[in-house]
Amino acid sequence: MRDRITLRVARYRPEQESEATFDEYDVPCPKEWVVLDGLNHIKDRIDGTLSYRWSCRMGICGSCGMTVNGEPKLTCATFLSDYGRGPVRVEPLRNFPVIRDLIVDMGDFMRKLVRVKPWIVRHVEKPLSEGEYRQTPEELDDYKQFSMCINCMLCYAACPVYGLDPKFIGPAAIALAQRYNLDNRDEGASDRMEVLSEHEGIWGCTFVGECTKVCPKNVDPAGAIQRYKLSAAVETMKSFFMPRGA
Amino acid sequence: MTGQHQYTEYHPRWLRQPVSTYWWLQQRSYLAFILREASCLFVAWFVVYLLMLVRAVSESEMSYKQFLGWSASPIVLLLNLVSFFFIGLHAITFFQAAPRAMVVHVGRRRVPDRVVGAAHYLGLLAASGIVAWILLGA
Amino acid sequence: MSALLMPILLVLFGLAFPLGWLQPPAHAHLLAVLSHPLTRLALFGLCLLSLFHWAHRFRHTLYDGLQIKHLNEVIAVTCYGGAIGGAVAAAYLLWQVP
Repeated sequence: MRDRITLRVARYRPEQESEATFDEYDVPCPKEWVVLDGLNHIKDRIDGTLSYRWSCRMGICGSCGMTVNGEPKLTCATFLSDYGRGPVRVEPLRNFPVIRDLIVDMGDFMRKLVRVKPWIVRHVEKPLSEGEYRQTPEELDDYKQFSMCINCMLCYAACPVYGLDPKFIGPAAIALAQRYNLDNRDEGASDRMEVLSEHEGIWGCTFVGECTKVCPKNVDPAGAIQRYKLSAAVETMKSFFMPRGA
Repeated sequence: MTGQHQYTEYHPRWLRQPVSTYWWLQQRSYLAFILREASCLFVAWFVVYLLMLVRAVSESEMSYKQFLGWSASPIVLLLNLVSFFFIGLHAITFFQAAPRAMVVHVGRRRVPDRVVGAAHYLGLLAASGIVAWILLGA
Repeated sequence: MSALLMPILLVLFGLAFPLGWLQPPAHAHLLAVLSHPLTRLALFGLCLLSLFHWAHRFRHTLYDGLQIKHLNEVIAVTCYGGAIGGAVAAAYLLWQVP
């Protein structure tokens, strides 16, 4: 077990160059260090100009997503010791425009998220006097998995469809829409259906399954999308054959 | 503020990496995905093969025998062998995917994915058994 | 559908019979099975679903794999047109079984 490791970090300095380059840094590698620790060491002791995002350092805020040796990972959850002798290549998250160094712009996702209405939609609000909206543990289990999303965007970086067609609404947005569709307190499924049934909504997905593989919180967006495809298809058939009945 | 949104979307200094035409070769899982999709080509080939068989059977015993002989030729045999692997891949990946899309509830409990997958395999076995019995047995 | 029925049909007609592992059914027996309306319907259904499955997946694979979206219309027509053509051929052949 080596006690130092080389990090090859992608740099992009928009004022000075128009292409990304790589800088190599030699950092210590204690066995409990993660890639984020390495980046922090670089910024604190070696090169203060390195720019990147991080916050909680424990896998719950979703800020530190980057591409490590070609795979989208949370840098606070990826151990340096897993990479043996190195070098470890750290690049910004794929499929997003790079603002600087390892920082990408997530505006596209933010706009798409708003479009799927990720909140409880009620057509009729219950008055306070009637008490709370009640939910059994089984009803919670129906959507709980999809509520674990931390918006880290690793799924978008892994999705080849999103890379090829940036208009695709993407795995996290659909998983979050499902989180609300499956919540028994929500009445907004039909509101979301219009956005999700677009060509670049769920139908853009070809079930590659990479999104589920890289998700650090086991949200399984691929499963959410396929389930929604099935229910959307059933809904369409029902409205076709029974326009007023169902 | 809204004016600035319009501008930043096409910000000239942001680096956008284009996706290579060979993106699917860069990761094993992407390649596996493309192979899975390519299996549909062999599905189409087998439809053609089946229709040729139907035509041969309809014409005469002679053409049926000729068809059987032709299907034993090395090229056709090789093609069908490759097709077998791809159609097998198609079936297996389909059965893996089915439980993710079909969430079945019995009463209040959800049927586990393994069971849904297993049910599909049983269906395959049953269908295969019936077809084999019709063609070979009765 | 194709995942359920194709494997066994391929094993029998593509490998087992040509290679001599199993005796192929007699022509008369096969003809009897084939001329049954249920068989014809099942086969037609199999061909129809399989052809459209192919058309859909192949079209998307060309889009994603080779990124040739600008040939959009050509691809769509070739794939779905091919599937429809195949389905018509299947219907004709199955109708013609004596």
